[in-house]
Amino acid sequence: MIELNHIKKTYSKGLVTALKDISFSVNHGELFGLIGPDGAGKTTLFRILTTLLLADDGTATVNGLDVVNDYKQIRNCVGYMPGKFSLYQDLTVEENLHFFATIFGTTIKENYTLVKEIYQQIEPFKDRMAGKLSGGMKQKLGLCCALIHKPDVLFLDEPTTGVDVVSRREFWEMLRKLKKQGITILVSTPYMDEANLCDRIALIQKGEILSIDTLAKIIESFPKDLYAIKSANIFKLLQDVRSYPGVGSCFAFGDALHVTFNNSSDKDVIKYLHSKDHTDVSMKLITPSIEDCFIHLLSPSI
Amino acid sequence: MKPVITTERLTKRFGDFVAASELTFEVDQGEIFGFLGANGAGKTTAMRMLCGLLAPSSGKATIAGFDIYEQTKEIKTKIGYMSQKFSLYDDITVSENIRFYAGIYGMSTKQIKAKTHELLEELQLESEAKTLVRELPLGWKQKLAFSVSIAHGPDIVFLDEPTGGVDPVTRRQFWDLIYSAADKGVTVFVTTHYMDEAEYCNRVSIMVDGVIAALDSPNNLKQQFAATNMEDVFYELARNAKRKGD
Repeated sequence: MIELNHIKKTYSKGLVTALKDISFSVNHGELFGLIGPDGAGKTTLFRILTTLLLADDGTATVNGLDVVNDYKQIRNCVGYMPGKFSLYQDLTVEENLHFFATIFGTTIKENYTLVKEIYQQIEPFKDRMAGKLSGGMKQKLGLCCALIHKPDVLFLDEPTTGVDVVSRREFWEMLRKLKKQGITILVSTPYMDEANLCDRIALIQKGEILSIDTLAKIIESFPKDLYAIKSANIFKLLQDVRSYPGVGSCFAFGDALHVTFNNSSDKDVIKYLHSKDHTDVSMKLITPSIEDCFIHLLSPSI
Repeated sequence: MKPVITTERLTKRFGDFVAASELTFEVDQGEIFGFLGANGAGKTTAMRMLCGLLAPSSGKATIAGFDIYEQTKEIKTKIGYMSQKFSLYDDITVSENIRFYAGIYGMSTKQIKAKTHELLEELQLESEAKTLVRELPLGWKQKLAFSVSIAHGPDIVFLDEPTGGVDPVTRRQFWDLIYSAADKGVTVFVTTHYMDEAEYCNRVSIMVDGVIAALDSPNNLKQQFAATNMEDVFYELARNAKRKGD
């Protein structure tokens, strides 16, 4: 449904590389996640695929259409929700939806079933200016406007950034339902934990794809045993574990440290921590999370 | 530990709308205090009051010993502030940014010189002193912005979603800086949407619909809500929020 072949993009006359050499494809009906921090190149990729930006090199197709030659047809069959809120702030909720339906030559009525469930949540505010909506509401309206012409492919650039946990869960629930209706979705996010809601994911950093697969496969490929170590004083624990000679990597994860050792396992670390006056020390083998994998891929040497 | 933030029934109304209702809490010196809440719960309003930028409608509060109604100027000299959206000036250099902010806070030329040296060394940014801030990677910018926000030696630093959009390694390095500042006695008041970061706080408050719905250490909150992590605690508290639509 989406295909990229050796896409490259630079800015500032070649001084800044946004995308190095990106190739991957997204299948029909897939919910595909592009996961990486700010500056990874996610938005550039979206803008190339939605025909708003030309790549320096490489080719890409969306729904079998070439992003350069067939840009007009692509624009009719994709929905795009940019990371920056891009609806008309001085039009009401209803006017925005009406506007987007009209420019795509359709009506709200014709495709209402597609947006109904989402739109009903913002309908009580339909006469409010879009600029006066809260973050979660703007996001829902943005999604409605991107859907109202019944696109084959939906591009969502960081739809959940800056949105609280509750709204984020609701939003992903909406995406799951849209996927069931056969819409292909490419979604980007800086929140690693949202990876488990995607069929496949690409981890991207500095214009390069670090890994691309299902979540399960990426986690399987984590090369070392990973341990969660806890003690009463997590800040001191971080410093002490890092100073322990056999430690490969050590990062804070919530209320524990995630640690790998140079020699698969090193139980003496517990003794060492007791000698450093730690209390309530515990250590157990755990399954890596996607964030562990990302950190490992960022710095494979440790 | 003496409290550096105390509030008593602190309230802000906008017309009929109660943005923040009867907030009562204390934050101790050197504490890392997580200030969480759903979108629209009233966090920003509360933060603006605590920074002396917005006059409360009723209630009392002192920040670093100064009254929130009468002594907003004094408060501003005792606090630092950093957010993801506004931090440094992109079009001047790293050292110029440090000089600018330190100057605003009334540090002498001599102090500024020493501080600049110290900061650059601590962040291992010596070679980038003359680099325009816009050319720094986001992660470095955020770390620099944090260090600049505490350069004038404030009692309290307010961090408004400081790690948004930053990669996971840099996010953790940022928290190393937070821990080390707290270790030196700076009180850290931080908002975040990353629930794993809530776990790094000494105590966490969660606002829902303008009130503080829960306030305790992450461990106690998890026990109280029989949850395995802070995300579930947050979800449990905020999912029935009335104001999420607003």
